[in-house]
Amino acid sequence: MRFPLPNPSAIFTLLLCIGLAIAGIWVGDNVNLLPIDASTNAPVYDELFRVLFIIGIILFVGIVGLVVYSLVRFRRRPGELGDGIFIEGNLPLEILWTAVPAIVVLFVGIYSYDIYDRMGGMQPLQFNGHDHHLMVSEERIFGGIGTGAVEASMDQLNAPLPIEVTAMQFAFLFHYPKGDILSGELHVPTGQPVMMRMESKDVIHAFWVPEFRLKQDIIPGQPTILNFTPTKPGRYPIICAELCGPYHGGMRSTVVVEDPDQFQEWFGKNAKETSLEA
Amino acid sequence: MTISIPPTSKQPQESIQPRGWLRYFSFSLDHKVIGLQYLVCGFIFYLVGGALAGAIRIELASPISDFMPRDVYNQVLTLHGTIMIFLWIVPVVNGAFGNYLIPFYVGARDMAFPRLNAVAFWLIPPAGLMLISSYFITGSAQSGWTAYPPLSISTPAAGQIIWILSVLLLGGSSIFGGINFIATILKLRRPGLLLMQLPMYCWAMLGTSILVVLSTPVLAGTLILLSFDIVAHTGFFNPVLGGNVIVYQHLFWFYSHPAVYIMVLPAFGLVSEILPVHCRKPLFGYVTMVYSIMAIVGLGLVVWAHHMFTSGTPPWMRLFFTIATSFIAVPTGIKFFNWVATLWGGRISLNSAVLFSCGFIVNFVLGGITGVALAQVPFDVHVHDTYFVVAHFHYIVYGGSVFVIFSSVYHWYPKFTGRMLNENLGRFHFFLTFVGFNLCFAPQHWLGLNGMPRRVAEYDPQFTFVNQLSSVGALLMALSTLPFLFNIINSILRGKVSGDNPWNALTPEWLTSSPPPVENWLGDPPLVTEPYGYGITKEPNVEDLTEGDNTGASTK
Amino acid sequence: MTTISPITENQEIEESSEHLDHHDYRLFGLGAFLIADGMTFAGFFAAYLTFKAVNPLLPDSIYELELALPTLNTILLLVSSATFHRAGKALKSDQARLCQRWLLVTALLGLAFLASQMIEYFSLPFGLTDNLYASTFYAVTGFHGLHVTLGTFMIFIVWWQTRIPGGRVKKENMFPLEAAELYWHFVDGIWVILFIIFYLL
Ligand code: HEA
Ligand code: HEA
Ligand code: CUA
Ligand SMILES: [Cu+2]
Repeated sequence: MRFPLPNPSAIFTLLLCIGLAIAGIWVGDNVNLLPIDASTNAPVYDELFRVLFIIGIILFVGIVGLVVYSLVRFRRRPGELGDGIFIEGNLPLEILWTAVPAIVVLFVGIYSYDIYDRMGGMQPLQFNGHDHHLMVSEERIFGGIGTGAVEASMDQLNAPLPIEVTAMQFAFLFHYPKGDILSGELHVPTGQPVMMRMESKDVIHAFWVPEFRLKQDIIPGQPTILNFTPTKPGRYPIICAELCGPYHGGMRSTVVVEDPDQFQEWFGKNAKETSLEA
Repeated sequence: MTISIPPTSKQPQESIQPRGWLRYFSFSLDHKVIGLQYLVCGFIFYLVGGALAGAIRIELASPISDFMPRDVYNQVLTLHGTIMIFLWIVPVVNGAFGNYLIPFYVGARDMAFPRLNAVAFWLIPPAGLMLISSYFITGSAQSGWTAYPPLSISTPAAGQIIWILSVLLLGGSSIFGGINFIATILKLRRPGLLLMQLPMYCWAMLGTSILVVLSTPVLAGTLILLSFDIVAHTGFFNPVLGGNVIVYQHLFWFYSHPAVYIMVLPAFGLVSEILPVHCRKPLFGYVTMVYSIMAIVGLGLVVWAHHMFTSGTPPWMRLFFTIATSFIAVPTGIKFFNWVATLWGGRISLNSAVLFSCGFIVNFVLGGITGVALAQVPFDVHVHDTYFVVAHFHYIVYGGSVFVIFSSVYHWYPKFTGRMLNENLGRFHFFLTFVGFNLCFAPQHWLGLNGMPRRVAEYDPQFTFVNQLSSVGALLMALSTLPFLFNIINSILRGKVSGDNPWNALTPEWLTSSPPPVENWLGDPPLVTEPYGYGITKEPNVEDLTEGDNTGASTK
Repeated sequence: MTTISPITENQEIEESSEHLDHHDYRLFGLGAFLIADGMTFAGFFAAYLTFKAVNPLLPDSIYELELALPTLNTILLLVSSATFHRAGKALKSDQARLCQRWLLVTALLGLAFLASQMIEYFSLPFGLTDNLYASTFYAVTGFHGLHVTLGTFMIFIVWWQTRIPGGRVKKENMFPLEAAELYWHFVDGIWVILFIIFYLL
């Protein structure tokens, strides 16, 4: 049986696809849907987002285009009777549209693995913050975003800043083991890795800073770890992202990202043991 | 090869069963009556769930919590999610259309277990009423439709327990229904009808029912444990007593991820029935469609932890679930391309049924693409539990399943009632819904990306305008139900008489009178080996005939 | 192309309309239900194993379960499966009295299981809410015990129906007995898995 589709010329189709791809890339490059990037993994995230956005636009516009084109081109005109053409399938075409999504999905999967690795998501988890506890290495940590950047800069020049986060209905509490500072606002310096150990007192909460592109649940009974390195000074919202009761929407705080000297000043003013430097 | 059909000698208890419209309020055993009972009951719950959505959108039209108290907001959103999923989408795409159509499609006179079928339906109204009334008695559950402990343990117990009870009843109803569908499709087929000749909806329901039977019981068990935690103060999921809250999430999503395919696979099946009829073309790629349904069923069982990427799951687990989830796009994509190919080269009547089906394709593709994005762990750690997720799933559950339900009502209304719906009102309904829907949910993608979490009654004032856009969209959606309701009621009373087969369709439910007689056909059930044989030249040669008999609607 | 033909030369149909009780698909339906029921247990077992892996107890609060009684229980149930099978065979070969006897033995074995389970419960040093493991143990064995109770009821009903004149269970209508038997084997199978996971692991 011959292939009876009204076949638009191959060149035209090809041109259309290329045009679609270019349009997709243009939109992906020029439309920004994300807030500013204020941590080291935000630019990495935005790269992934751009790729997914471009792929998404191409697929979406392509399929919508096909549907709308078919509806217009093959609509039943007044007075037209009879059926369409009898085609029940076409093996090469079906193989094509199994293979293409498979390749796209495989690419997306591998690419996002790479991104995740660069964010430090695949690193083993540990928290070496509390000097005053002894059983540090015994503690079981239940996931989070790993130490990535932190590991790399373990040298004393840029040692990570450990912070213990406690969440409760409906507030965050930040404890700096060095200096024994207790604060309701998170203060962090630019350029220094921050290592947070988070635990909840009652129900599940989540720590989310949209400008850092990071989120981690804070779980009662199961400490989690979150690491990041802020890059841009500013005040950004910390948002609880897990339903935790009536005031869940009001459970917010602020992360203040400052230049290192300003941070030192804040730290010095609040530290209990002045001898300890962060 | 002995597939028995129900004996014709068994006379239906016509004399006992109430006649006329009254039988729709009775414990009827007729699969068609039960199907319509499911449909109407589901639609009533849809109106309730929609009214709750309206309350949500009114609250969110302003950044402060002003329309209702904060705990009431949480109750409203819990009820909205629960009602929409368990009392509207699942009963309607499975129960309503499944009961109405499957016996026709397999050439039977009723379901395999008519009495179980009626029981399954009659579990639903009391469960739904119980759920809704809990709001007025003690205040309903307020921990979201996911009911994560320890929140669900520490919120007021009465509402949560009533929620658990009604979800257990609804789960039971769904399991009974699933068993019935599996038995009907596999055991009750008319002799001579092969599996690969069944209309696609049968395959979709077979796949769905497998998911129902395998996953719903796990939810039931989990909720039983949760209720122990609440009532008997055991500590399964209570960290204070040494319990593990993450185990609940695993068990819950082991059901609730498959549940999303329980909500959408039957919709896929319905679209596969509707498009060929109105395009006057065979369904493209029957065999690959069947395989992709089964692939979705298989994959759907092993992707649940993509809802838990921020719950402290270990890295290898996140990686595995990312890959498994992404791969669902492949079988789903096959189905979409096959539908587009079904449209291509057809003689498409642009009626309401087709418009809603095509609206479904457009919306679902967007929802699916955002789904694949969400499946990537690094992407998800930013947008998890934000309005991006809300947008994703409304694009699928509303833009997908609800659009298909509307499409199906337009398509099968003549079958149900023997009358036609008004096409102009139908098209108007479509455009209002489509515009309202996109206006409501498209902006929510942006909200999520920029920092608005879900399940909040108050938010950062910078999001006010976009939220108001969304609320206007919701208003349009609410208005769009009016022409629909008017159309339905008006057509029952004064609609144009449709005749038995107004679409000239070839699937078996149209080869009897409209509405059909009690046992579906006055004579013997017809043997339809090629339900999508549109566009065949008028004089088929003999080879074609024999080939069709053996292989059915397979690829040539 | 479409072939719409009324049923014609199919002799299968006449054949099948002879036995009116489509008991093949009633048993099939029961089988599907038991798969569903089994998934409930699978969920419980998975939860228990995860608890064990993730929330280990402190060494001094671990309590080793005694094995004697549960092993006896396992034997009771396994034997009862065999006796139920005998009952079915007896009915098939039209020996109603023998069938009744075997059914009674099976039911008594079920009761013995329940009694011995009760004895175990009362001799355990922990209660339902003591800790995660205690809760899981009671919940899962209790849920299983509920199944045994139900099964025992079913056996008594079947037994009653074979005894009374005009009872519904006879050679021509094996379905109730077969259904109860399938259910009983299922409950036994679950117990074996439960025994391995909770007592032996
Ligand atoms: C009917 C309901 C339904 C359906 C069918 C789906 C389908 C999918 N869903 Fe969705 N989902 C929900 C309902 C549904 N979802 C709900 C209710 C939630 C929120 C629950 C809650 O927390 O309350 C949710 C949440 C949710 C999450 C968690 C988000 C979070 O909380 O952080 C994720 C993450 O992976 C996800 C992924 C997917 C994917 C990959 C699919 C895929 O099946 C989609 C596949 C389809 C396509 C991809 C489109 C067609 C394909 C092509 C055109 C081929 C080409 C495409 C590519 C190559 C990409 N969904
Ligand atoms: C499954 C199907 C489904 C459907 C169809 C819908 C439909 C809608 N949903 Fe729903 N939604 C969910 C499932 C669904 N939703 C789930 C699972 C959640 C998550 C809950 C959770 O977080 O736990 C959710 C959450 C959710 C939220 C997020 C709440 C939050 O996180 O704070 C929002 C906000 O905009 C929303 C809006 C809407 C709107 C505007 C509609 C509209 O499409 C509705 C349109 C319909 C109408 C407007 C009805 C019209 C009729 C009337 C108004 C008349 C009423 C009259 C009488 C009662 C007599 N939904
Ligand atoms: Cu804490 Cu939400
Ligand atoms: Cu999912």
